Amino acid sequence: MRRPILEAKNLCVAFNGVKAADGASIAIHDGEFLAIIGPNGSGKTTLLNICTGYIRPVSGSVLLDGTDITRLSPRAIARRGVARAFQIPQLFSAQRVIDNMMLALAATDGLWSAVRPLETAKRREEAMALLELVGLDGDAERISSTLPEGHRKLLDIAVALALKPRLLLLDEPTSGVSALERFPLMEALMSALHQRRITALFVEHDMDVVARYASRVLVWNAGNIMAEGPPDEVFGNAQVRERVVGVA
Amino acid sequence: MRIFLAAAAVLTLALLPVAAPWLQFVLTLAIAKGFAALGVAVLLRAGLISIGHAMFFAASAYGVAFLAGGGVNDLGLLLVLSVLVAALTGVIAGAFLVRYRAIFFAMLNLAVSMVFYALCAKLYGVTGGTDGMPVPIPAVFGVVFAEPMFKSMLFYLSLALMVLVGLAVQRYLDSPLGHALSAVHTNEIRLEYLGIPVWAVLLIAYVISAALAGLGGAISALAIGRVVPDFAFWTASGHLVLIAVLGGIGGVPGAFIGALFLELLHSAAVTVTDAWNLIVGMALIIVIMFMPQGIYGLFARKEASSP
Repeated sequence: MRRPILEAKNLCVAFNGVKAADGASIAIHDGEFLAIIGPNGSGKTTLLNICTGYIRPVSGSVLLDGTDITRLSPRAIARRGVARAFQIPQLFSAQRVIDNMMLALAATDGLWSAVRPLETAKRREEAMALLELVGLDGDAERISSTLPEGHRKLLDIAVALALKPRLLLLDEPTSGVSALERFPLMEALMSALHQRRITALFVEHDMDVVARYASRVLVWNAGNIMAEGPPDEVFGNAQVRERVVGVA
Repeated sequence: MRIFLAAAAVLTLALLPVAAPWLQFVLTLAIAKGFAALGVAVLLRAGLISIGHAMFFAASAYGVAFLAGGGVNDLGLLLVLSVLVAALTGVIAGAFLVRYRAIFFAMLNLAVSMVFYALCAKLYGVTGGTDGMPVPIPAVFGVVFAEPMFKSMLFYLSLALMVLVGLAVQRYLDSPLGHALSAVHTNEIRLEYLGIPVWAVLLIAYVISAALAGLGGAISALAIGRVVPDFAFWTASGHLVLIAVLGGIGGVPGAFIGALFLELLHSAAVTVTDAWNLIVGMALIIVIMFMPQGIYGLFARKEASSP
């Protein structure tokens, strides 16, 4: 069996008595594209927040390659090769699209590069390649706050990819993206993940996207795992169809 | 075009004291305040307003006075050491202050600077209290010049430093560190998720801004020949913020443009009326109302719209 990159064990966290994680454990293995689905408010984003150090669980632990990262900051976890794209895009809105990308690329470079110009030919080329991948190469010089919401979402994903992560956590990557752009984006994303050998975990509400792209699906409900397995098997589960997918 | 404009401006500044010698002192002080305002402007990029940067201005000025009193009698050495004093003060204050944002950052800077002011004013035996401390004319490369000659040299040195330090600060702002500083203003969460330590980005900026204010303070101390606690008073800090906003924080030249504008306006206004504050105030209202990007914003916009 492949080794897990990320393991979350016996996680417990609650907000005002509402349990977002209630002793659940998950593991994501090398090369997987794990989808997490579940009703709104079931704690999916909280799970990502715990795995990236933004929230500390009341109990339980998060292991990255077997090392406990439960108490580490998002910064420390990012430096260990875990990148994240957000449900609401987190961008440097006053800066150009290309600057958002180049700053992300520079973040993985050494200390010396921090005092050299941000814009170098190599960095720009790399940034443009990633922007082209998500279809934003035409918007490179625009101030990122002027982008439509769907494009901001794409930029957020491109910024996460620029960190050259080993593990990418995506929170609803296709929300806010137009129906026409949804599948081309996923195709490009999957191609980038395969090329760069990136393992990914994604929270998603679009069941067509999950069915087509996920290698494994995990159904999160009220802080626990309701079902887990390959997409066909999970979507065949009557309880999942009734409570999550919305088809009886 | 930008280089041509900048070169013409520097040349004009260099020639002004030849045509009007009384302007030399005014311009030296304006450039000194421009350095300090540039320090404030650096922090403004991160959305942080410091109403306490006169502390670093004064720390360096007192540094010059103490060092000169202690036997350091070389202009270059005095400038370097006093800027280091300001930078070190910046490290100590910044390590505590960069954890705060918005009004808390502004008020804590003000509070710390007023403690420093009080120490300067009350420790009579050490700082000379409100009488201040004299700053003798130092040697330049081992040669002691007469006061008029020294003041001229100080002016041209300040002018040269304005260009060199301005270029260095621009280089910093163009680096990932500089871009990360602007990014603090818009999205600290994303910076953390990029693995960039926000506290380090801010502390570096804070120390740079303290050093810039320190350079201004050292030049002022040498130009005036005396340092007094008023250098650190809160109104002096407010004055620096005013200069930075007036000049515009869109680019390095803004701080110097703001300082030159304000000093020249002040010099002209006092010749017209005792109520010179009225003229200065009205000019400020006009600039703030009609030039939201500051005076430098006018030039930058013109250049951006030109083919």
